[in-house]
Amino acid sequence: MESGGFVDIDRVEKVIKRRRANFPEKLIYEIAEAAEKHELKAKELETLVGDIKKAYERARVEKGEAVGTVAAQSVGEPGTQMTMRTFHYAGVAELNVTLGLPRLIEIVDARKKISTPTMAIYFEEEYGTDEEFVRKIANRIGKIVLNDILKDFNVNYASMSMNIEIDEEKVHDKRLEYDDIIAKIEKAFKRVEINKNLLSFEPTISESKHAIRELRLLADKVRDLQISGVKNIGKVVISKESLEWVIHTEGSNLGAVLKMEGVNKTRTTTNDIHEVEKVLGIEAARNAIIHEAQSTMEEQGLTVDVRHIMLVADMMTADGKVKSIGRHGISGEKASVLARASFEETGKHLLRASIRGEIDHLTGIIENIIIGQPIPLGTGSVGVIMKPRK
Amino acid sequence: MKGILKKISQINFGLLSPENIRKMSVTKIVTPDTYDEDGYPIEAGLMDPRLGVIDPGLRCRSCGSKGGDCQGHFGNINLARPVIHVGFADTIHKILRSTCKKCGRILLTESEIIDYRDKIGSKLKNEESITTIIKDIYTLARRDKCPHCDEEQEEVKIDKPVSMVEGNYKLTASEVRERLEKIYEEDYILLGINPEVARPEWMVLTVLPVPPVTVRPSITLETGERSEDDLTHKLVDILRINQRLKENMEAGAPQLIVEDLWELLQYHVTTYFDNEASGVPPARHRSGRPLKTLAQRLKGKEGRFRSNLSGKRVNFSARTVISPDPNISINEVGVPEMIATEVTVPVYVTDWNLEEMKKYIQTGPKVHPGANYVIRPDERKIRVYDETKEAIIEKLEPGYIVERHLIDGDIVLFNRQPSLHRMSMMAHEVKVLPYKTFRLNLCVCPPYNADFDGDEMNMHVFQTEESRAEAKSLMRVQEHILSPRFGGPIIGGIHDHISGAYLLTREGSVFKEDEVFQMLKKSKVPYPKKRGGTWTGKEVFSLLLPKDLNMVYQAEICRKCDECLKQECKNDAYVVIEDGKLKTGAIDEKAYGAFSGKILDSIVKEYGTDKAREFLDSATKLAISGIMKRGFTTSTADEEIPREAKDRIEELLSKSESRVEQLIKAYRDDELEALPGRSLRETLEMKIMQVLGEARDKSGEIAESYFGMDNHAVIMALTGARGSMLNLTQIAACVGQQSVRGGRIERGYSRRTLPHFKEGELGAKASGFVHSSYKKGLDPLEFFFHAMGGREGLVDTAIRTAQSGYMQRRLVNALQDLSVQPDGTVRDNRGVIIQTHYGEDGIDPAKSDYGKVVDIDRMIDEMRIKSKGK
Repeated sequence: MESGGFVDIDRVEKVIKRRRANFPEKLIYEIAEAAEKHELKAKELETLVGDIKKAYERARVEKGEAVGTVAAQSVGEPGTQMTMRTFHYAGVAELNVTLGLPRLIEIVDARKKISTPTMAIYFEEEYGTDEEFVRKIANRIGKIVLNDILKDFNVNYASMSMNIEIDEEKVHDKRLEYDDIIAKIEKAFKRVEINKNLLSFEPTISESKHAIRELRLLADKVRDLQISGVKNIGKVVISKESLEWVIHTEGSNLGAVLKMEGVNKTRTTTNDIHEVEKVLGIEAARNAIIHEAQSTMEEQGLTVDVRHIMLVADMMTADGKVKSIGRHGISGEKASVLARASFEETGKHLLRASIRGEIDHLTGIIENIIIGQPIPLGTGSVGVIMKPRK
Repeated sequence: MKGILKKISQINFGLLSPENIRKMSVTKIVTPDTYDEDGYPIEAGLMDPRLGVIDPGLRCRSCGSKGGDCQGHFGNINLARPVIHVGFADTIHKILRSTCKKCGRILLTESEIIDYRDKIGSKLKNEESITTIIKDIYTLARRDKCPHCDEEQEEVKIDKPVSMVEGNYKLTASEVRERLEKIYEEDYILLGINPEVARPEWMVLTVLPVPPVTVRPSITLETGERSEDDLTHKLVDILRINQRLKENMEAGAPQLIVEDLWELLQYHVTTYFDNEASGVPPARHRSGRPLKTLAQRLKGKEGRFRSNLSGKRVNFSARTVISPDPNISINEVGVPEMIATEVTVPVYVTDWNLEEMKKYIQTGPKVHPGANYVIRPDERKIRVYDETKEAIIEKLEPGYIVERHLIDGDIVLFNRQPSLHRMSMMAHEVKVLPYKTFRLNLCVCPPYNADFDGDEMNMHVFQTEESRAEAKSLMRVQEHILSPRFGGPIIGGIHDHISGAYLLTREGSVFKEDEVFQMLKKSKVPYPKKRGGTWTGKEVFSLLLPKDLNMVYQAEICRKCDECLKQECKNDAYVVIEDGKLKTGAIDEKAYGAFSGKILDSIVKEYGTDKAREFLDSATKLAISGIMKRGFTTSTADEEIPREAKDRIEELLSKSESRVEQLIKAYRDDELEALPGRSLRETLEMKIMQVLGEARDKSGEIAESYFGMDNHAVIMALTGARGSMLNLTQIAACVGQQSVRGGRIERGYSRRTLPHFKEGELGAKASGFVHSSYKKGLDPLEFFFHAMGGREGLVDTAIRTAQSGYMQRRLVNALQDLSVQPDGTVRDNRGVIIQTHYGEDGIDPAKSDYGKVVDIDRMIDEMRIKSKGK
């Protein structure tokens, strides 16, 4: 939003103060921006603020409004219209990302292990346009195994050995250092002979084991030796978005990537909410939930007001840790025994309540419905106090 | 007047002690038989008359109240040997594991005890959950040696469901109970037991409470045979075994037999509590059906909680098939006379309505605006019969309540399941109509998600003044035109309303004056002055708009040209309304359609819901009469394209197909370049999909170029009334690629989809590309692939509804206690702040402008127009 450049907020704020209006920051900014765009005169601004004040008062939430239920319905109702198709091509055609209803369920469940973690890595201004630099980083992040840089691979069952040839062109292409690779190989395998880019391996053969099997296992091990990459990250895809180069990854490791040189720490994101929580804290996790849920909805062409999603996210993060919506999270930690019992695991909650000697104060909705009293929401949240005449 | 209702302020939970069970019971139950030969209940049997009465007319032997008023009284069974309560088996196991077998102390050191006691104390003071702390204690207190008496501890294992095994020795329930008795009261709290309401040994039962007969009523079948409740059956089993166990013990039977019987007793008591406990075969009825015992009665969707406490069956409701009626208002619902004479509204008789009420009673219960019941001031309910009505009228006076039939103007609740959002239940005004279906205005179909292919809906009649008042101000249809989900209209014109309005208002649409007045008459708009000559459709439509409405927007028919010609738009898609006059642009879905109606949206926001309802009612009626003036129909003739177009499409498709062949050849010859991060095969698939997708789009474009705005199907598609251009091109030109699991079809036989193809064939035709159009007809292979894609869609929908339904239930359950407090914060029922300011700006999305407070740009424009006018 800041892209509009300098906007004269003070001028607007002064008028607002004079009008005794109490506007949220975002609205003030919008007014200032509009004032700039339309070149409002002082008098016009005055009347505009007055009109907006009226509109703002009219649009305020009413006290006692059941915002929770409305939010839940607004998020849940479009679920029926969503597609089930788990995979869809998002942003980059090369990567699959879970979308639609399964993704939304994943978000509200606050799953520890999401089905398709992915990152979008942006770079600082000076590096963003530097393709060479981005490629180098991409190869440091992406998982590369020895097999990816081989020219020749030979298993010799007669001599019980194995010869490989490293393709220098591929090494160069992937911006790797030859010495690093050799060092990694030497560290991983003891019985290896290195002759420039020709390597030969021998299995450790003991009498008890089957020799050919050992050799084959070794072959697999050699091929799958990881020579580059960040933990938990698989494939990476580099793409150009408008002017800058961006890396999209399969798998996610926000902590490690943010530590890398040149990576833009404010724009780089992951879709793994627990990782955001771990690395950046609970407020960031809340924003991540909002962002993920909102973009899942938008991708399906459904509009849901942010405020609803915000409330869901705030409820999930109110305790300082990300809690799921459902029996293991919010619903399982409710204060009321009846509320918990009427949701799921009825017997468990009732039995536990009996030995704990729990007391249900009947302050929630479902408890009051169960015992047949008016619910403390909306018109039920107000009472009448009579002032006795003196 | 009814007495003041007492408010329940809290419910305490606790465990029943054996003394308590005995104290609250009215009789001991000993005999496993229920009735004697004469059909009378046996004393000290399971149907002992002291346990309460069910038959009306009889009086309860214990409390003296009549059947129906007596809630019943408990009895008890003295168990010959103690038995473990299944529900607590896990807890008992954990306690045994965490306490010393010799001294009975908890296996924690003194300092740990003090530490945890403090922690629990502070949690309890704040009324927070102690579950996590208790869990920690149970993991920590698994020691091999007692810190208090140095006794070596043996591992206690649980053998599901209820057996406790220490080392290799299986503890009997009596031994378990002894162990539990030994535990120090000071340690209770650390084990998660509240000493004020529970003691661990009470988890091992010595006395079994017998629920009153009202809980387990027996039913008499038509044959006169009595059929007992599942619980009674189970209790009979328990009593029988208990009796045998007692006899055997008294007779000094061998230990083995006693233990067998004891085990059997344990089994019966276990299944009495929970017949689905893991590790026990469920007890079955003679017919083989598993018994529904205590836990099953409470649990799950059909259990007491969800189906009898959270939701209830109600009176004063009706359900029937729905059908459309474009002539009633959106606020109304057509109620069949048959229903209106059955469900009633209670009316307090006063001096002012006495005569009116007498008239209703005079009409009787069978003829429409009549009355069914009268409630006397002494709360006796009297049915009105044609024979008795005179006598009732005689006595009728203020203070009586008359339950009269539904009449026009009554407020009722109308609902269609699944009730996914609040617009699924709205208040309507009754309009009593002939025939047997509920009638509703078509504009309310979208919020209810209703159609008329056999849908049924429910109606509920309010029974109190408060509920009617609340419903009228909060739940009426007109109050819900804007959806809280996105702040736009969810109620609006659909289908013919849209195409009708378009036909009416499009460029070149002119009507003779008498035609105009016919249409206006129908839509109930005040007549303008007669002026002779002809009227344009835009002029007619302008009559509905508020006189000071100003707006500019692009209509649905907008083709999104590169450069917008604005007022000169040749599609007439640039809508300009100045001072309530439609200057340019045609009216279509963007104007007053559900989900996107801009005019409707701004009328609701600026002129209020009353005006919006009036506008919607008259606009839809005008559109309907407009469409009737012109005539509107569609058939497959609308999708007819000339031979030349067909040839072009044919050529295009065969070109694309050969392009696919080329790709396959390149792939076979290893000349294909793989996309980064993809295998060759995947790359090929993606490329083929792309080529075929383009082929369908291009063929569609060819077909489209032969369609004009004089084509009814096209009008419907472009104005947003129904259908899409894609639907039309699929009918006219080419259906396109069928997909299963997001890709081309590749399942079926090994390496081929059908035996009609070669193995490994990858061509367009072999993987489900439907090259024919619906109109031309699909060949058998295409038909088969099409059915595959279609089936996947159906399965998908079926699964999705279940999944999203559960997600919604969880969301609602998690968020339902939140509300906006007087200070603007959002809190849950514990008072925990969830948001310090609702939505960060305190704006209600339903009252906002698509999420924003106001459209500032529009406000400025209007402000300037206004000041210019001065």
